[in-house]
Amino acid sequence: MKKEKLVLVGNGMAGMRTLEELLTIAPDQYDITVFGAEPHGNYNRILLSPVLAGEKTVEQIMLNDLDWYAARGITLHTGKAVTQINRARRQVIAADGAFAPYDRLLLATGSDPIILPVPGNDLPGVITFRDIQDVQAMVDAAHAGRKHAVVIGGGLLGLEAANGLMKQGMEVTVVHLLDVLMERQLDTEAAALLRASLEERGLRFLLGAQTVAILGEEQVKGVRFKDGLEIPADLVVMAVGIRPSISLAKAAGIHCERGIVVNDTLQTYDPRIYAVGECVQHRGQTYGLVAPLWEQARVCANHLAHFGISRYQGSVTSTKLKVTGIDVFSAGEFGGGPGCDEIVLRDQARGVYKKLVVKDNRVKGAVLYGDTIDGSWYFQLLRESTDIGAFRESILFGQAHLGNAGHGGGNNVLAMPDEAEICGCNGVRKGAIVKAITAQKLFTLEEVRAHTKASASCGSCTGLVEQLLAATVGDYSKTSREKPLCACTEHSHDQVRKVIREQHLTRLRAVFDFMEWKTPDGCHSCRPAINFYLIATWPGEAQDDAQSRYINERVHANIQKDGTYSVVPRMWGGLTSPQELRAIADVADKFQIPTVKVTGGQRIDLLGVKKEDLPKVWADLNAAGMVSGHAYGKSLRTVKTCVGSEWCRFGTQDSTGLGVKLEKMTWGSWTPHKFKMAVSGCPRNCAEATIKDFGVVCVDSGYELHVGGNGGIKLRGTDLLGKVATEEEAMEYAGAFMQLYREEARYLERTAPWLERVGLTYVKQRIVEDGEGRKALHQRFLESQQYAQIDPWAERASGRVAAHEFEPLRRVG
Amino acid sequence: MYDWHEIGALDDVPRLGSRVAQTPHGDVAVFRTADDQVFALRDRCPHKGGPLSQGIVHGHRVTCPLHNWVLELESGQAVAPDVGCATHYPVRVENGRLWLGLNNVVSLAAVA
Ligand code: SRM
Ligand SMILES: Cc1cc2nc3c(=O)[nH]c(=O)nc-3n(C[C@H](O)[C@H](O)[C@H](O)COP(=O)(O)OP(=O)(O)OC[C@H]3O[C@@H](n4cnc5c(N)ncnc54)[C@H](O)[C@@H]3O)c2cc1C
Ligand code: SF4
Ligand code: FES
Repeated sequence: MKKEKLVLVGNGMAGMRTLEELLTIAPDQYDITVFGAEPHGNYNRILLSPVLAGEKTVEQIMLNDLDWYAARGITLHTGKAVTQINRARRQVIAADGAFAPYDRLLLATGSDPIILPVPGNDLPGVITFRDIQDVQAMVDAAHAGRKHAVVIGGGLLGLEAANGLMKQGMEVTVVHLLDVLMERQLDTEAAALLRASLEERGLRFLLGAQTVAILGEEQVKGVRFKDGLEIPADLVVMAVGIRPSISLAKAAGIHCERGIVVNDTLQTYDPRIYAVGECVQHRGQTYGLVAPLWEQARVCANHLAHFGISRYQGSVTSTKLKVTGIDVFSAGEFGGGPGCDEIVLRDQARGVYKKLVVKDNRVKGAVLYGDTIDGSWYFQLLRESTDIGAFRESILFGQAHLGNAGHGGGNNVLAMPDEAEICGCNGVRKGAIVKAITAQKLFTLEEVRAHTKASASCGSCTGLVEQLLAATVGDYSKTSREKPLCACTEHSHDQVRKVIREQHLTRLRAVFDFMEWKTPDGCHSCRPAINFYLIATWPGEAQDDAQSRYINERVHANIQKDGTYSVVPRMWGGLTSPQELRAIADVADKFQIPTVKVTGGQRIDLLGVKKEDLPKVWADLNAAGMVSGHAYGKSLRTVKTCVGSEWCRFGTQDSTGLGVKLEKMTWGSWTPHKFKMAVSGCPRNCAEATIKDFGVVCVDSGYELHVGGNGGIKLRGTDLLGKVATEEEAMEYAGAFMQLYREEARYLERTAPWLERVGLTYVKQRIVEDGEGRKALHQRFLESQQYAQIDPWAERASGRVAAHEFEPLRRVG
Repeated sequence: MYDWHEIGALDDVPRLGSRVAQTPHGDVAVFRTADDQVFALRDRCPHKGGPLSQGIVHGHRVTCPLHNWVLELESGQAVAPDVGCATHYPVRVENGRLWLGLNNVVSLAAVA
């Protein structure tokens, strides 16, 4: 079948974005020809400001270079303005006579800068700020030693031009007709703050000044104003506005008003001709920012591909000023109006001003100066017309301030839905960024920019993208270069582990020597970590070094604030008996233990035991059949259970029994951080299994296995690992999961952050999909348990182990 | 000045470990470092009274078990950024025996 012919007029941001969208959904539909008046490939016009300011080069802002077109078989005519459309013959014709036939035509001619109709406006040295050529002219002027620049127009574009020229070394005066800078984006107060900080940087302002003439004979020499004032100028930049570029369409008889009129599918009055970008007028509206263009491009591509299912319904826009070091954000109707309230925050010392315009508890507009981090959040509230009643009082403190009890360190961007737009410039949504980060394994901001274009334009969303990156891959600054384990070394946790395994190191001293530790015997951070890595890697072989254990693990009891200890015997699965309770009561009496308490882990704590009494307390508890509960260890803690099918009218399986079996299998094991389990007999989940490191929820058909929960400092519900049919499988999965965690997590990293770092997919792949691997992990776990399941209390009560720990050296005097 | 008391053998204290001598001055923690040097500090952390004898010994320092302050064994001074000092006592080793020097004017404040 012969391909249809598509011609694009206007090699700029909107037109090319439409082609890119089209090529992803219908790569083979068209033979494509592109005409561009500029002699380049497509570049990011927004970034002309940083180019002018010397912060970027022209190469860095190219979006589609010539190879890009060639690789996709697109015929590109650069430097050729189309001067005529022959709609009857379906041809476009360029100034030099080149022509191209079309089945579909896309107009994306952008807009033209307005030139003030004053005498002298055509003098050499009078320019606008629209394309690479203009920037070149400005840079040349600055380099040629011309001194005075006058920028006419105190809007977004004018201020960016002025800032850039100043950076190029010129003395710059900004002339503005009104008294308020950026009056379309800012209120009086924010504008005044902006003016003050720009003046501080060296810009001069002439406000309320109407230009009546540009002076000079062969070259611009000055500017004259209505009140007769004249100021010198070697360069005049007009940045007073833009006008949709419609002359080509108009001449071809296509219906135009202010712009080329299009319907919700971006079609003009000629059904074969579409238009996108600044040249269009849609529902009476024209746009001068890129965000709306991305939405238009998506819809237009959909129709060019004959899918016919999406509609463009107009855009709400927000703006930021791209002057490095100055943060300004504005969106919506910030001017207020009838029925509107203003919520305002001023913090002069910090140079912060924030104003929200609210009507019926919905955000209608926002102006932020100095602190714009929450701009995208306000913008989202505005677009989605969210009822802010619930957090109206604190809304100006930002999203991070929203109450999120239990979720320490809540993260703004995490709270955003996947559809939320992160990068307004390039229309990139949160979901797309997260997907790219995970699917393409991106680690750095540059990679995310390259793959998604997010944060690649004005850069104002960089903070958000960084947050996303950090949340998705863990802190990326650490990922790209891992943090050293502690100040005693340059090596990271993972490197130390690797060396221990590969070099078969079994002693701390060997690690210090091999890895050239900077301190003679480490410190309280690295010693416990290395000791764990050694015994977890070489069970039975590595020497467990008592002096590298934190006091609780060294003496197998929890130190209390007064230097006494607490003793928590194991109660398997939360079960106890009259005999055990009697023994506990006797011990408490005999040793005058002040406090007996039921713990949050379904067992009993004896608090306030003197250190020297510990071995005797343990001996008595041992005699009644009780062993250490490891309430002090980076080790298996408790396995909480509920009563389950044995008693409960809802119980589906023997949750108590399974809990006991799990605890018998896993007790005594050392883990990177503490490890807690629970088994609930039905989804009512009375044992709270879904906030445990490993949790089982019994259901009629088997056992749901949950991992990575944490009920502590930062609440995290588990992720579902999978479902199994039998107790044996549940045990095998538990052993394998614990072993994987033991082998790969970093010391003091609990399962929740570990899981978030490596990803659930990875863990599933190792435990669920790889059956052989699971069995091997479980086997390694059981093997290491042979060396771990020795009751430390019995050892010490016998007096043969570490007796010196519990007795004073000598009583003197 | 000092009364010297024999408090046991060097090998009664594990390397990179510590044991307590109970004295009229209160508990004194006796530390032994990896290079077999011996130091003695009052067994009370200047922060909140944590038992220093239960801490992790590294180099010529000990980390308090309660909130991880690090103290110099030689001087009892806390390592910056923390500020504080634990009383230190002279100890010496003679023929494998440990001798602790106690000021013979018992300070009432120390006992309290
Ligand atoms: C005794 C007990 C409180 C009680 O009276 O009930 C307790 C006491 C302590 N907890 Fe806990 N936790 C106790 C159940 C819990 C629970 C509830 C549970 O296990 O179902 C949690 C939340 C669940 C969880 O861990 O996900 C809990 C979360 C923490 C945390 C936060 C851990 C986290 O990952 O965010 C810490 C701090 C830490 O480990 O770094 C902590 C630390 C402590 C320490 C060890 C503080 C310390 O470093 O000295 C306390 C020791 C007191 C002692 O000497 O006995 N405790 N702690 C509970 C002992 C349970 C047991 O039988 O072993
Ligand atoms: C300096 C500067 C800074 C900006 N900063 C921001 C910002 O921070 N945020 C923001 O949202 N927006 C910003 N903008 C606006 C943004 O760049 C425009 O909205 C966007 O480029 C419009 O895209 P477009 O495709 O409609 O037009 P353009 O990108 O202008 O593309 C139109 C192209 O068509 C060509 N053309 C026109 N007529 C013909 C013809 N007859 N034949 C062949 N080719 C033709 C033109 O030469 C041009 O290359 C900025 C603009 C400038 C100039
Ligand atoms: S919550 Fe846990 S750590 Fe905090 S005081 Fe209670 S027992 Fe101690
Ligand atoms: S008591 Fe020693 S650090 Fe707090």
